[in-house]
Amino acid sequence: MTTGQTPALRLQEISKSFPGVQALSDVSLTVERGEIRALVGENGAGKSTLIKILSGAYIADAGHIELFGEAVAHPTPAGMIAKGLAVIYQELAQAPHLTVAENIFLGQLPRRGLRIDWATARAESRRVMDRLGFDIDPAARVQDLSVAKRQMVEIAKAMVRDARIIVLDEPSPVLAQAEIDQLFAIVRQLAREHGVAFVYISHRLGEVFALSDTVTVLRDGKAVHDGRSADLDPRALIRLMVGREMGDVYPRRTPRIGEVVLQTDRLSDRDLLRDASITLRKGEIVGLFGLSGAGRSELLRTVFGAASRSGGGVQLFGAPADVRTPRQGIASGLGLLPEDRKTQGLFLIQSVGFNIVAASLRRIALRGFISPERERAAVNEQIQQLRVKTPSAEVQVQGLSGGNQQKCLFARQVAAGCRVLLADEPTRGVDVGAKREIYDLLVELASTRDLAVLMASSELPEVLGLCDRLYVMREGRVVKELDARQTSEEEVMSYAALH
Amino acid sequence: MRLSTEHVLPSKLSLPRGAGLWIALLILAIASSLVSPHFLNPANLLNVLRQVALYGILGVGMTFVILARWIDLSVGSVVAFSGVLGARLLQLGYPIPTVVACSLAVGSLIGAFNGLGVSIWHVPAFIMTLGTMVMTRGFDLMVARGGPVDPGPAAERFFWLGGGYLLRVPTPIYVFAAVCLVSHVVLSHTTFGRTIYAVGSNEEAARLSGINIAFTNFSVFVIGSFLAALSGLIFLSRLSVGDPNSGNGLELEAITIAVIGGTSLSGGEGSVVGAVGGAMILAIIANVLNLAGVTTFSQQVVKGAIIILAVWVETVRTRRA
Repeated sequence: MTTGQTPALRLQEISKSFPGVQALSDVSLTVERGEIRALVGENGAGKSTLIKILSGAYIADAGHIELFGEAVAHPTPAGMIAKGLAVIYQELAQAPHLTVAENIFLGQLPRRGLRIDWATARAESRRVMDRLGFDIDPAARVQDLSVAKRQMVEIAKAMVRDARIIVLDEPSPVLAQAEIDQLFAIVRQLAREHGVAFVYISHRLGEVFALSDTVTVLRDGKAVHDGRSADLDPRALIRLMVGREMGDVYPRRTPRIGEVVLQTDRLSDRDLLRDASITLRKGEIVGLFGLSGAGRSELLRTVFGAASRSGGGVQLFGAPADVRTPRQGIASGLGLLPEDRKTQGLFLIQSVGFNIVAASLRRIALRGFISPERERAAVNEQIQQLRVKTPSAEVQVQGLSGGNQQKCLFARQVAAGCRVLLADEPTRGVDVGAKREIYDLLVELASTRDLAVLMASSELPEVLGLCDRLYVMREGRVVKELDARQTSEEEVMSYAALH
Repeated sequence: MRLSTEHVLPSKLSLPRGAGLWIALLILAIASSLVSPHFLNPANLLNVLRQVALYGILGVGMTFVILARWIDLSVGSVVAFSGVLGARLLQLGYPIPTVVACSLAVGSLIGAFNGLGVSIWHVPAFIMTLGTMVMTRGFDLMVARGGPVDPGPAAERFFWLGGGYLLRVPTPIYVFAAVCLVSHVVLSHTTFGRTIYAVGSNEEAARLSGINIAFTNFSVFVIGSFLAALSGLIFLSRLSVGDPNSGNGLELEAITIAVIGGTSLSGGEGSVVGAVGGAMILAIIANVLNLAGVTTFSQQVVKGAIIILAVWVETVRTRRA
């Protein structure tokens, strides 16, 4: 960390309100040159708003922005980029059909006369890649790259634009561990050797400690902590984020395990899944762990009938089941909690009630006509039992918090009579407090309702803390079955990553 | 455990959703009565209602299609074709029920073709229905052999459907009322209607919820075309001649009605009641322009501008939300 110079970034007493919500109040934040600052907080704490103000996308109601000692009076997105700020969003703003070189130079391709000078663009791109130590072909199309490499392209793009402050908005959930390690190495190198200042936003506390020098904690729109990362431990950080002590994160339970409800025999699909065989019993919570691209989602989706299988068989409740569509899956007692809540799960503009009964329309109808009484009863039962916090069943589901949105999706499965729940990343993108609630819910569903839960997750502590058994997947295959209580993170990772 | 109710969007300090439409309608009606003293004349108002019925049926059909987040550009051609086909069959001496059934069946078939293209072959709806629009216009001209088709004297009773009165109210209004009632019940009170909203708001989520999305997508095009054919028959009976060049641009009229009525072009949001309001607004504007002596050429300019304005207002509204 370089000191003695003017800081790279200084935000002073930034406030921003939206109709009915004070999103930020008097938030101050300073990042020195070469400093890596983590910005953490629960969903809705104000991180996104702060970043949007910083990038010029939103205008603050009050406060003051300084870049390299120079006050920015009227921030605009183009102006902030020109002043050396780059924001790399999780959902990358790239042109996927264009090449890496074109993306890097997008909007400022070198020209010779009226013609674009492709040779220079490619050579320059390669030079930047080499300097950063990236192994990416400038002529490759961005759509053919992995998400991690796409993020590297964005970093290269920022370097070409001479960015001296880079904001990384939750890059890790979409990356595998090896890719995260590589990204971190690059961030450290740029900070230490080139004096680039970083603001790193993440939900994952482990990363905060692994990467950052300093940390700012936002809670309910206020900066409640600003200090060195080394002075905190994960427990203290969680306490700062949620404003209370987290008890034991994973609920304790004594599983009552019954007969086999789901068995797959050498299940394969056309792309990734290869000969996956697993067994699931009533009352059991079984984890499916693997790095990204290991085939977790594919296995769940194939069992459910959402993806077509090319080989192998499925037994449900002791009888062979030929599930080819989600409709058949639901009718056979399966329920899928999809990986991406917003694009695959929720009807965002519809009401909470609409979302809850979407998979059980036949149960609330008589000869095709929906019975308002049955619908209301079904919706209210689920809202109560799953403790969905909503002002009413009529509000739009997109107004709820991430955790409560996820509960609506759980409710949909339960309402549809699900007996085997296939949960794909059930806690992705929900805040720490809501995670605990979802764990409780999973345990409750398994123990009091005799559901069997097959849970795919990329978060190892979660799998080990919650599950009875786990299967490790790698490259589309189930490579190992482990007892979650008698294994360790190291052992699981050795099966998931090595060989 | 922290209560998460504070994450719920604040209730906006505004009128209930959809109220703007009726306020606009009221203002428009008052303005129209000031522009022309003839506007509030009962005979004129009935005439406006007849227009509401003619275009409203198309608007309701388009509401089904847009709710499932598609678009149907072929309805204008279907209107013309259904009318010309009806006229030709009447001319050939077929009884009225047979003629009506045939025209409606052919209209539905065109819709089925659109539905097949969009839901099974995954041709973008814009292109699929643009192609069908041109194809149908071709069939239309073929059946008409290029000129107007005179249904002949036997069709006298048929003209009552579009031009007649029942209890001093124009008959098309009864047809429109029936269409609205059935459509409203289907959309708001049946599982099928629910699947249209679901597919329109998130197709993948609908599929994973066990909804037969291909069937839903297919059906909305059949319904839209069926109603276009029905409206074609009413046009025929009102004009008492099958004009192969009629119905041009009616798809735009239908889309405008749906959008003014609050149907979101991104799907999943809209209602029959809104479409009725949309049809009323459009009919009043056309009527008052006529009363004020504005030429049909200038009216075209206004019509084009209205759809742009309506979609723009909708875009602003959804962006804010």
